[in-house]
Amino acid sequence: MTLVVTVNGVRHERAVEPRLLLSDFLRHELGLTGTHVGCEHGVCGACTVLLDGEAVRSCLVFAVQVEGRQVDTVEGLADGSRGDLHPLQAAFREAHGLQCGFCTPGILMTLVPFLRDHPDPDEHEIREALSGNLCRCTGYQNIVAAVRLACGAPPPRA
Amino acid sequence: MAPPHRAPSGIGARVRRNEDARLLTGRALFVDDVRLDGLLHVAFLRSQHAHARLTSVDATAARARPGVVAVYTAADLGDYWRPGPLLVPPPPIAGLVFNPCTQVPLAKDKLRHVGEPIAMVVAESRYLAEDALDDIVVEADPLPAVVDLEAALAPGAPRVHDQLPSNLAAHVIQRKGDWARAKARAHAVIKRRFRYDRGASAAIENRAVAAQWDPRAEELTVWDTTQAPIPIRNGLAQLLGLLESQVRVVAPFVGGGFGPKIMMFYPEEVLVPWAAMQLGRSVKWTEDRQENFFATTQERGQIHDAELAVTEDGKILGVKDVFLHDTGAYDPYGLTVPINSQCTLLGQYDIPNYESEFTAVFTNKTIVTPVRGAGRQHGVFVIERLLDFAARQLGIDRAEIRRKNLLRPDQFPFNNEILFQDSAPLTYDSGAYEPALDEALKVIDYRRFVQEEQPRLRAAGRHVGIGVVCYVEGTGIGPYEGARVTVEPSGRVRLATGVGTQGQGHFTVFAQIVAEVLGVDVTDVHVITGDTREFHWGTGTFASRGAVVAGSACHAAAVAVREKVLELASRELGAAAADLVLEGGRVHVRGDPKGGIALGALALKANPLRGAVRPGSEPGLEATAYFGPDRGSTASGVHAMLVEVDPETAQVEIKRYVVVHDCGRVINPMIVEGQIQGGVAHGIGNAFYEQLMYDDEGQLLNASFMDYLLPTATDVPNVEVTHRETPSPLNPVGTKGVGEAGAIPTGALFAQAVEDALAEPGLEICEIPLSPNRLFELMRATHPPSPHRGAGDGG
Repeated sequence: MTLVVTVNGVRHERAVEPRLLLSDFLRHELGLTGTHVGCEHGVCGACTVLLDGEAVRSCLVFAVQVEGRQVDTVEGLADGSRGDLHPLQAAFREAHGLQCGFCTPGILMTLVPFLRDHPDPDEHEIREALSGNLCRCTGYQNIVAAVRLACGAPPPRA
Repeated sequence: MAPPHRAPSGIGARVRRNEDARLLTGRALFVDDVRLDGLLHVAFLRSQHAHARLTSVDATAARARPGVVAVYTAADLGDYWRPGPLLVPPPPIAGLVFNPCTQVPLAKDKLRHVGEPIAMVVAESRYLAEDALDDIVVEADPLPAVVDLEAALAPGAPRVHDQLPSNLAAHVIQRKGDWARAKARAHAVIKRRFRYDRGASAAIENRAVAAQWDPRAEELTVWDTTQAPIPIRNGLAQLLGLLESQVRVVAPFVGGGFGPKIMMFYPEEVLVPWAAMQLGRSVKWTEDRQENFFATTQERGQIHDAELAVTEDGKILGVKDVFLHDTGAYDPYGLTVPINSQCTLLGQYDIPNYESEFTAVFTNKTIVTPVRGAGRQHGVFVIERLLDFAARQLGIDRAEIRRKNLLRPDQFPFNNEILFQDSAPLTYDSGAYEPALDEALKVIDYRRFVQEEQPRLRAAGRHVGIGVVCYVEGTGIGPYEGARVTVEPSGRVRLATGVGTQGQGHFTVFAQIVAEVLGVDVTDVHVITGDTREFHWGTGTFASRGAVVAGSACHAAAVAVREKVLELASRELGAAAADLVLEGGRVHVRGDPKGGIALGALALKANPLRGAVRPGSEPGLEATAYFGPDRGSTASGVHAMLVEVDPETAQVEIKRYVVVHDCGRVINPMIVEGQIQGGVAHGIGNAFYEQLMYDDEGQLLNASFMDYLLPTATDVPNVEVTHRETPSPLNPVGTKGVGEAGAIPTGALFAQAVEDALAEPGLEICEIPLSPNRLFELMRATHPPSPHRGAGDGG
């Protein structure tokens, strides 16, 4: 069937199978491979994207379900090809909030709406917000530090 | 060599990472991101049985399904079907028995673990390939599964490998001194049984392999999530009958390694490139999470019966340890894991007499190869727990019994008189153990807690405890790595090395080393790793060796380029090389920072279009160098933790977690802290959240992230890291490895601190992983509930 969807502000019209996952549609049909797939059962959060501004797991959504809606992926956060970074991305770099970087796009897309709704979260709130995203590398400590930095807290030191 | 000028972004600087912009914006290439024309997709049919005779595989219907391009069974592989190579031959230990049985690409007559591949479907999409798995008819006669380590060795036990007389995979004894004499002289002998069980490595990126055969260039390109792209290239060339130069293996960004990606020649890794050549089309396989639980290697099943002989004042006279090691269905990685256990037990301590005997056992479970820590956890758990029990029995403080037995600074280099996994003598290069223990005790305020805070809180009915453990990590072993450093006419520096990267910050730490030597900014060093077309000599990322071995090769190559720079600049500037300074991407005469010449301009002059390159010299500002240490460097550290346990729910809250770590010279403290924090999180997972639960039939019961719990952001505490730097004499940078350190002592620490918090007479924690359930059972076993006992009575 035909799917019309706006991804990162660009309208796409594609023929898709009803069973195609949104994660596979984004990665393999549109080539937006910044969205990663870690478990395909909705636990790890690596595939998180924004659907009409809210964080969803793209491995738990069929592509056909986003008909007429707006999807945003990590590629849309900033124009990375020009070296620009979204303030949250810059904070992650500053605070060493990523190691292998595989879970990072999903974590960024989880945090963008969280910070929109909670502009000045405390550490507990940040950890709660992150608790649906798995990271095996960092121990989360520097991710928390990065979020605080993005909210204007002083740069972290261990 | 004169000490290089200290660039602001050089060794020791807390600089942000060069690789981050690509990773943060979604531009970094991971294997599953590779897009190729006409790409075909693979799904594997895997064994549902832990142990069975495979009698037939009928793929007729699958082959007929629209969209399916090929289905391969073992019979279809012809001569290509052969068991994988033995990756690590055992060290030359007298009397050693080792029975190599390596994995096969597709099961032929027997199924030896759940998840073992039986057939490979290649189709136009992943969805179609998975559909076709249902069409394949497998007939198999189930056999009793070998699961329990002790039952596996019992007479008459079913055998995993029919050609062997039993399930014994290896038997090794290493000794120093005379245990029997030590035991006879002892004031006390502490004897316990310890168990450690399996966990998953659980990199968030599953494994993946993509392959493209270019018939015009006669070149095979393979993208692989491996930690060892160069050995994979060499092995594939041999298997496929190609020149090594006809095979390019790329390990691009890899989403976490943690050990199982150093396992080589997994069935999928061997079959995907072969299928691409057979079919003349590009082929890709990406593991899903459930497959990862069955088919990616695992670690940590061991049972130890250990004895510690001590004097009345707590001095160690000797240790005897006899243990069983679960190697899973095959043993391609040799004895690395159990030998690490055997060696790491000696820890930071002066143990004059040691007898260690292990038996590795085949079981009908997923193959065991190193996972972050690689057997070291078990050794640390055994010695640290024995010391805890000795301290309690002798009435000595836990920290003091450790201090009493630490190796002194004047004992280094210290020869432990047994062989390490790399076949070299287990000799510690350097260390300063007592100051690190003192520092950890100070940071966590051990005395005050034990003497004031804990009694006060206990009186108030709180179950608070403290733990402190010491450990070593053998790191940075050989054989070698290499690097090529090139100054380009732009003034930017290219650095190519063979080791791949899985998040350790190689693009930054290697750049820092080169930046320091050449006096350029770290952002001007462009690092290329894990692409055999760029660099094709080396082994891989394992044993916390990247920064040590490849880092030292980067250093050596940069020093060689620096010599070329100085020689050429000396001629150009008419000054002695000794008077020249490399700084800010330029060379100038000391005292004249405004003059001089840019490195890029020198690079142009070193590669002239006319004129002559001087006899005996080479064009360009480029050098390749290698580094091969005789033996590994030994990092060390102390972890301390404060916990509170809720005796009603057996939930454990970590109040503080302190690490004092010594990995020699620190190249980037930010990255070292990150490695330790992540290691500790992994260790906490192993200690309290994660356990692979196999039933008696060898079925894994929790093969999903819903049932297998990785620690989340609400489970892992902030880790307070203090660096100490005792340089290694074994490499020019003076560094030691750090990648696995954080995960190694966590189980021992957890057990000690929780036991201290509960303070139940008779409660001893001799096993890891724990969980709230398991802890609750242990508490119940030592202290059955009475109807009158309520919360807060101290227990």
